[in-house]
Amino acid sequence: MGETVIKIDNLKKKYRLGTIGGATLNAELQSWWARKRGKEDPNLRLGEEQEDINVTFWALNGINLEVERGEALGIIGANGAGKSTLLKILSRVTAPTEGDIWIKGRISSMLEVGTGFHGELTGRENIYMNGAILGMTKKEVDIKMESIIEFSECQQFIDTPVKRYSSGMYVKLAFAVAANLDADILVMDEVLAVGDMKFQKKCLGKMGDVANNEGKTVLYVSHNMNTVRSLCTRCIVLNKGQIAYDGDVETAIQIYLENNKEDLKTIFDTSKDKRPLYDLGKKGCIDFIQLLNKESARYDVCEKMLIKVKWRMKCCIDKVKLGFSLKYADGTNIGFTETDASFDVTSGNDYETILEYNLSNLAEGVYFIYLQLFYLDELNIVHGIDQSEKIFIEIIDNDPSKTSWQRQYWGSIRLNTLKIIKKGINDEDIIFK
Amino acid sequence: MGEKFTTHIKSRNGWFDINIIELFQYKDLTWLFVKRNIKVTYKQTILGPLWLILNPMLTVLLYSFVFGSIAGMSTDGSPQLAFYLASNALWSYFATSLSQTSTTFTSNATIFGKVYFPRLTMPISTVLTGILNLLVQIGMLMVALIIYKLQGVQINTNITILLIPILILQIAVLGLGCGIIISALTTKYRDLTIVVTFGVQLWMYASPVVYSIAQIPDKIYFLYMLNPIAPIISIWRYAFLGSGEPPYFYWGISWIVTMVVLILGIILFSKVEKTFMDTV
Repeated sequence: MGETVIKIDNLKKKYRLGTIGGATLNAELQSWWARKRGKEDPNLRLGEEQEDINVTFWALNGINLEVERGEALGIIGANGAGKSTLLKILSRVTAPTEGDIWIKGRISSMLEVGTGFHGELTGRENIYMNGAILGMTKKEVDIKMESIIEFSECQQFIDTPVKRYSSGMYVKLAFAVAANLDADILVMDEVLAVGDMKFQKKCLGKMGDVANNEGKTVLYVSHNMNTVRSLCTRCIVLNKGQIAYDGDVETAIQIYLENNKEDLKTIFDTSKDKRPLYDLGKKGCIDFIQLLNKESARYDVCEKMLIKVKWRMKCCIDKVKLGFSLKYADGTNIGFTETDASFDVTSGNDYETILEYNLSNLAEGVYFIYLQLFYLDELNIVHGIDQSEKIFIEIIDNDPSKTSWQRQYWGSIRLNTLKIIKKGINDEDIIFK
Repeated sequence: MGEKFTTHIKSRNGWFDINIIELFQYKDLTWLFVKRNIKVTYKQTILGPLWLILNPMLTVLLYSFVFGSIAGMSTDGSPQLAFYLASNALWSYFATSLSQTSTTFTSNATIFGKVYFPRLTMPISTVLTGILNLLVQIGMLMVALIIYKLQGVQINTNITILLIPILILQIAVLGLGCGIIISALTTKYRDLTIVVTFGVQLWMYASPVVYSIAQIPDKIYFLYMLNPIAPIISIWRYAFLGSGEPPYFYWGISWIVTMVVLILGIILFSKVEKTFMDTV
């Protein structure tokens, strides 16, 4: 088939965990001297073991990959799977620990918006600058100049210092530069998170164009499955520094979502978990959650979900409520619900509440919920008290009379059934209900 | 199959893995950095480029007041202003080159963390930017010399002045070398940034900037002249003012030191540039 433009062979990247090296030369000498004499390192935190210093972590652990010209390769995976490390090594920001990469042609990376922009320089000057960073000469940039300016929609402001740009304009210019400069391989990391919808669409279109018509290669990292779906022709799933799947986009997304849902646990002991935000768990906390009457968290479409929640308050607050936000497995927001009544708590109370939720509206698929404990103040403003970890549930639909669900077009909510009042074949009996 | 690929990223990074050809391919970028540096320096200042003249003028006036008038240091018979103008031009070029390049990694961490280009373009452009300042100061010195001559003061500007470009090149290389050595080390040890400010001050007093070389006692003369800056400034001043003796022998040693520093700097720099993002 096509020619290979990127060949990655057994790529590994190791990071040392914890603080890297000494913070100061003095501290490092101290540690070294202490180790020499076999004494305890004065710079270790109390309780920390000597061995902990050299704990390593393989961000990438044996990646083998070949990418052909004109491919748009999506790279997906959970946080910490190694996506960004891979891109960083590819764009030569950092060197691999082991392994080799061969690249044919110029790589333009846009790991973040406005790479290499300088606020004091005008848009035009920054375009030259970015071109030069890519290794292009001034003449080569001149040729592309018009198309960049036009694409960026910043004609009016092109001779204004970019520090006066709005963040949207900044992004537009940055993207225009990256996409139009003369690179053979385009590396993009979650760049489309910014900018208005219209421009996002334009960017996706441009990227698809770049891959299909101009024969360039695109590497695209994102958590947004929809953009991956619409842009990429092939997709890899990274998991713990290794390639878990390589091939067709839809399958890759399915595998990524499957990986994500873990094992559909039904019991969550959250009493000792560290809360993600400092505030959470201070005024009160959720200690224990159980999805009742279930071995694993799989529900039939019309089933009712029963949740037992053990929680307690450490101070007296009125109008405390429980609720949860529901998201599709890829993180898309679906909705929020709260209890129909509120609790007026006196301090030290333990509660063992049982909640019921009717799942009938959810289409089949994997979802997760964040169970939340919160209260409303006098102005009915919500204040979070505690929040659970992700509780994954899977909805299964075995009813053969229903159309199989097409999530990418329809979303996740099955609306109420559309009732036929009059079939209208022979206009006999008009039914009014 | 390796030969048809244009780039090979590998894990083995030897001590001499330096890509000079690539650096040359990026000369446009170096040039753009220089232009950017010049443009940006005097943005949002009232006096703007006037600082190019004001700054050395104030320094030189201060020197001639403190070291010339109060301390009464000898200037080898040259007019004080000309003497300090000459030494300050070269020294301040060296000092700014060194201190600005010494923060290459730490102050450019954001851009280095996102895109690849030969990192050496950054310090090189910094050093090149400084030349503008140096040229302005040489211009001021020339003006001063002409005024003195018109007033009938004895000034022996001589043929050694042809060495000026070589001296500038050397001081640039030396500043770059020292700067990138420090920049490579500061990625790990931040203490060095503090030391640099102090060290540069100290170095100035260990070099014949505010005094003439004739004041160095014979006993430590040899040791003193091992400071690579000392012969450079001596010859520099000799070329413009004709004062003192040009120490050509020590200049040779100074060149050796300069080259060693440069090579060591480039090696350290290339070693660090590949993985510094993981430590910064």
